[in-house]
Amino acid sequence: MRAMVYRGPYRIRVEEKDRPRIEHPNDAIVKVQLAAICGSDLHLYHGMMPDTRVGHTFGHEFIGIVDEVGSSVQSLQVGDRVMVPFNVFCGSCWFCARGLCHNVNPNATAVGGIYGYSHTTGGYDGGQAEYVRVPFADVGPSLIPDWMSDEDAVLCTDALATAYFGAQLGEIVEGDTVVVFGAGPIGIFAAKSSWLMGAGRVIVVDHLDHRLEKARTFAQAETLNFTEYADIVVEMKKQTDYLGADVAIDAVGAEADGNLLMHVTSAKLKLQGGSPVALNWAIDSVRKGGTISVMGAYGPLFSAVKFGDALNKGLTLRMNQCPVKRQWPRLFEHIRNGYLKPSEIVTHRVPLEHIGEAYHMFSAKLDGCIKPLIVPDAA
Amino acid sequence: MTLDEQLDRTPDAQVPTYTPAGPPRPSADELRARIPGWGVDLDPADRPSVPKLQLDPGRTGAHWDFPERQQEEPPRERSIEHRFLTPVFGTAQPTRGLSGAIRKLAYARWSDAQTAHWLALIAADRVDVVEGFVGSILSGHPDNLLAETGIRAELTGDGLRSRTGDGRTDWKHQWMDPFVVAAPWVLAGAGAVAAVRRLLR
Repeated sequence: MRAMVYRGPYRIRVEEKDRPRIEHPNDAIVKVQLAAICGSDLHLYHGMMPDTRVGHTFGHEFIGIVDEVGSSVQSLQVGDRVMVPFNVFCGSCWFCARGLCHNVNPNATAVGGIYGYSHTTGGYDGGQAEYVRVPFADVGPSLIPDWMSDEDAVLCTDALATAYFGAQLGEIVEGDTVVVFGAGPIGIFAAKSSWLMGAGRVIVVDHLDHRLEKARTFAQAETLNFTEYADIVVEMKKQTDYLGADVAIDAVGAEADGNLLMHVTSAKLKLQGGSPVALNWAIDSVRKGGTISVMGAYGPLFSAVKFGDALNKGLTLRMNQCPVKRQWPRLFEHIRNGYLKPSEIVTHRVPLEHIGEAYHMFSAKLDGCIKPLIVPDAA
Repeated sequence: MTLDEQLDRTPDAQVPTYTPAGPPRPSADELRARIPGWGVDLDPADRPSVPKLQLDPGRTGAHWDFPERQQEEPPRERSIEHRFLTPVFGTAQPTRGLSGAIRKLAYARWSDAQTAHWLALIAADRVDVVEGFVGSILSGHPDNLLAETGIRAELTGDGLRSRTGDGRTDWKHQWMDPFVVAAPWVLAGAGAVAAVRRLLR
């Protein structure tokens, strides 16, 4: 089969690989119909995630058709059209109750299993390929509703679910001012989700004008380009009558811009688990007693986070990898009711054979790229 | 009037944050009229992630208390913070070569809590890249740096205009990216030169 493979930082190519096989009685093999590149894939692409092996296939956002099932699979049949949450999970362990499975990642206890996200998350090849192995087929995948488009479905496998979850972790109450750092797909979806939970104001901060434009049109958010202000934290205080936002959502993560030293020491030199710029801005922008929801992905190494300010301000910091499947029933309602139309943020649809260019375009933020999708059999 | 001018005209004693009133909030009716779906998840108790603990094995689809074990072949590295190899695991890219030896050491020696564990894995990643490069030559499918970096997107994706037409700040560090790409080759080359010189002495 054809699959994207990692060759080293900033280098990938498409190769012929063995089609995955059933390795456990509850495995399924899914023929990928559509995949996406996630902003967190860029951390792998840039060589930031420890134990990213040459030959690894990325991709934790994908949908497809069931091509083969293991002997104990009861809920899926060959030919089913399925969406697969980015998390691999067993559905029965103590941690599964908390959305944090313990039975699928032998490589670390600090993170669960994720498709196509290095061996630090279990060593599972991902969905930017023609086929993918899906463990625990009776637990993870769901049938895609007939009325749902492929593009809406693939965005439910991570980006939309994570953003919606992030807004929930913000514990938004009616009238809250929510500031979202980052106008990528997660940030834009988080801004939109904040309204559903009753926010009174939603402000999105980024430095890319085309993304801020999308935050205004898709999510009806106010926007601030942080490069236009000497100190974005002071501006946030001014914007909120010197109170500070009630809730801040970090939708940036490990490669945050805004402070060159922090960016270079993390994204280039790998001396931190991630650039904490957005998280520190969140800590300083939110009001005393406020809540911060961290949805941006960070690596396992330490980062220079301003915990003193968080302590002294009495903040609540909440974070987790999103338990995707738990979000789906409600998200399906919102999509069907027209409150959310996730596919509107898709900017590029790229054949698998050209995925190298798609990664470069997404990484370098070229051509107004916000969300690229990968089509395995576009030829 | 700009925000700064508005703020300047407000007397200190009327800035709501410094009084018991606090800042004004927009009304629910106005928001509902302006934002499709505003407030449909208003009740914090009626959100999918509330409560946090939601174990209902009958609904997850799991028909086991402890999953059947996946066959381990070849031996699989694991974190020493785990009591045993997890019943299911990924089998992509088994350890091999010098990078594999470093990775096995990182897993066998240090827990996830130790910085040495992660630094050893990052070092192994860089060794793996060099091994992959050599291996690609030996296999007859050598790496093509231009194709693999996707640099063609600079042309198809309007690279110059994309960088100049936005209020972006990442140009300050993007020039470093080629050095990150080339670093393993430069370091490996320097090491090879040093080794040859030493042998010739």
